[in-house]
Amino acid sequence: MKIIVFIEKNPVTGALRDVSIELAHKAYSLVKPFKGEVVGVFVGDELPQDCEQVFQFGLHRLVYYLNDNLAHLHSIAYKNIIKAMIEAETPDIVLFGATHTGRDLAPLLASALKTGLTADCTQLHIDDYKSQGPILYQVRPAFGGNILATIITPEHRPMMASVREGVMLPPETGPQHPTITEPFALNFKEEWIVNEFLSVAPKLTKINFNRTQIIVAGGAGVGSRADFRLINQLADALGGEAGASRAAVDFGFTSKDRQIGQTGAVVRPKLYIACGISGSIQHRAGMDESQKIMAINTDPQAPIFSIAHLGIVGDLNEIIPVMLQYLKEA
Amino acid sequence: MKKIIVLAKQVPDTANITGQAMKEDGTVNRAALPAVFNPDDLNAMETALTIKDTIGAEVIVITMGPPAAVAILKHALYMGADRVMLISDRKFAGADTLATSYVLAEAVKKIGAVDLVLAGRQAIDGDTAQVGPQVAEKIGFNQITYITGIETITENYLIVTRDGELQTERIKTPFPMLLTITDEANTPRYPNSLNMLKYFRADTASQFDDDQIETARAHNQVIPMWKADDLELDIKRCGIKGSPTRVSKIENITLTGGDLELYGTDSKDIKQLVHDLRKDYAEVNE
Ligand SMILES: Cc1cc2nc3c(=O)[nH]c(=O)nc-3n(C[C@H](O)[C@H](O)[C@H](O)COP(=O)(O)OP(=O)(O)OC[C@H]3O[C@@H](n4cnc5c(N)ncnc54)[C@H](O)[C@@H]3O)c2cc1C
Ligand SMILES: Nc1ncnc2c1ncn2[C@@H]1O[C@H](COP(=O)(O)O)[C@@H](O)[C@H]1O
Repeated sequence: MKIIVFIEKNPVTGALRDVSIELAHKAYSLVKPFKGEVVGVFVGDELPQDCEQVFQFGLHRLVYYLNDNLAHLHSIAYKNIIKAMIEAETPDIVLFGATHTGRDLAPLLASALKTGLTADCTQLHIDDYKSQGPILYQVRPAFGGNILATIITPEHRPMMASVREGVMLPPETGPQHPTITEPFALNFKEEWIVNEFLSVAPKLTKINFNRTQIIVAGGAGVGSRADFRLINQLADALGGEAGASRAAVDFGFTSKDRQIGQTGAVVRPKLYIACGISGSIQHRAGMDESQKIMAINTDPQAPIFSIAHLGIVGDLNEIIPVMLQYLKEA
Repeated sequence: MKKIIVLAKQVPDTANITGQAMKEDGTVNRAALPAVFNPDDLNAMETALTIKDTIGAEVIVITMGPPAAVAILKHALYMGADRVMLISDRKFAGADTLATSYVLAEAVKKIGAVDLVLAGRQAIDGDTAQVGPQVAEKIGFNQITYITGIETITENYLIVTRDGELQTERIKTPFPMLLTITDEANTPRYPNSLNMLKYFRADTASQFDDDQIETARAHNQVIPMWKADDLELDIKRCGIKGSPTRVSKIENITLTGGDLELYGTDSKDIKQLVHDLRKDYAEVNE
């Protein structure tokens, strides 16, 4: 059993993306029973600075191709290079982070290799298929999150899947493999570069919810941008981070990078406090695996209460100030 | 004049699930969901029409789906599309993204001499965001995904903005290309009332009586339908046969009544709540 993991660099910091570490470890746990191998592939202008981390979390080997032209995502070039790497390695499985880069490249590669691809998986496991040997079972939400589908690619290889950041968190430490990197030889063609990047501006406030244990999220029920301060204050008082529903973001109460849900971040904190959030299926898709969920909502019928462990039926504008007061005293 | 193809899909409205669409067991009754124009595809339509307004273009909208998908093609005509095309055949049923993109790519090739293909970022039923890129690969076009705006439109190139997730990118890119458009790119225009008058009877040929069809054709109201044979497709690559992925299991998500502990709104209740939460946040902040 051999799994290829697409390794990505954060273009702003130059460090590995968390999802690459998460996938390296997931792949490692999938191949372990088969004594299989996890191979990373990296394409870009420079290797990530902290490359050794993917090995500490389960990668066996990293195959890379570097070229100054590849600082930014040139889909055609990236696709051609990764395709050559996959053809040289003949893996059973290829995994991508469901990042904007991963979701740009994975479908191009699946199309070029004429194989199946399952996007945004929330669970992956290997099991026997009709006594014909082990295959990858890929679980993902579909239909706006109303169903959970298990998808397989029984006859085509490689089997391809993408996974969002924060969904498959690794344990504190991994198997500590040695760092083994191998350059990939390739006949690079200038004609693969067709786009000209005129400017690239880092987004300043990309929040990393992965390491956040407490999230206080506000929704449409917060009412205004000014009132969203209550959410920020409660998050601060608890040592957590503020999150939001899409409605709160659309109304401009807070910034888009705080959005949680199907089209925002997927989070699994120890404590999630949903304030003025109804609990739509798209919102729940991003937070329903939180360890403890608390809800404050004026509507006792709000669906959020069906997944909450603690709740108050009432006005957040009255309740949060009282909470803040007791938190200060405590 | 540029030739632009918009890929549009009719989808069940998973965003507005009302009481009627819920079954008694708390799961969604998919058959009861209304069918709508996939939201991002309206943004792709608007992008096409903006380019048409700026430098002149023929905007052709194609959809692969059941005959009922004609509804979104009519909407595209109302918005200002020049031509629409339904691609429909029982042999296409059960297609995953690979098989869908194969059929759409063959249709794009048959139309020919295309400068730009526009897709939505993703469809709200599958949420895969795969069909656009897979069409690009099959027709050999450059692609840029996650488009948040078109900044400059010229005869030879576009300057677009892309949501690179951690960074915002401004990219100059020559024709031809395929772009996938996000809902941030624009606000789709409303149907034009003159176009609505012109096309409200538009439909596929089989829906007209023999004595009406000539008049309908003369008024550009017959929506062409292509079947597998019209596209000279390799049937092994279509529909369920051409789909490498299989669904091995479906579970409906039901909201399970949890072990909810409700607190009152008196200050002593809230004090108790803060006390009970304390264990959780104190542990985290150690
Ligand atoms: C393709 C797609 C993707 C989507 N992705 C996401 C996503 O990633 N994340 C996301 O969140 N949504 C997403 N949505 C939107 C989602 O469907 C809902 O519209 C959204 O989550 C609703 O946000 P809300 O709960 O804040 O607002 P509402 O549903 O309007 O709920 C507001 C709640 O506040 C309560 N309330 C009002 N006043 C008060 C008060 N004073 N005190 C306490 N409670 C009060 C109300 O009772 C109500 O329950 C997506 C939709 C689509 C179609
Ligand atoms: N059956 C189809 N007919 C036409 N366009 C489609 C079809 N399926 C997907 N698309 C296009 O591909 C985009 C992404 O779809 P998806 O990969 O299903 O998320 C959509 O927004 C459409 O532009």
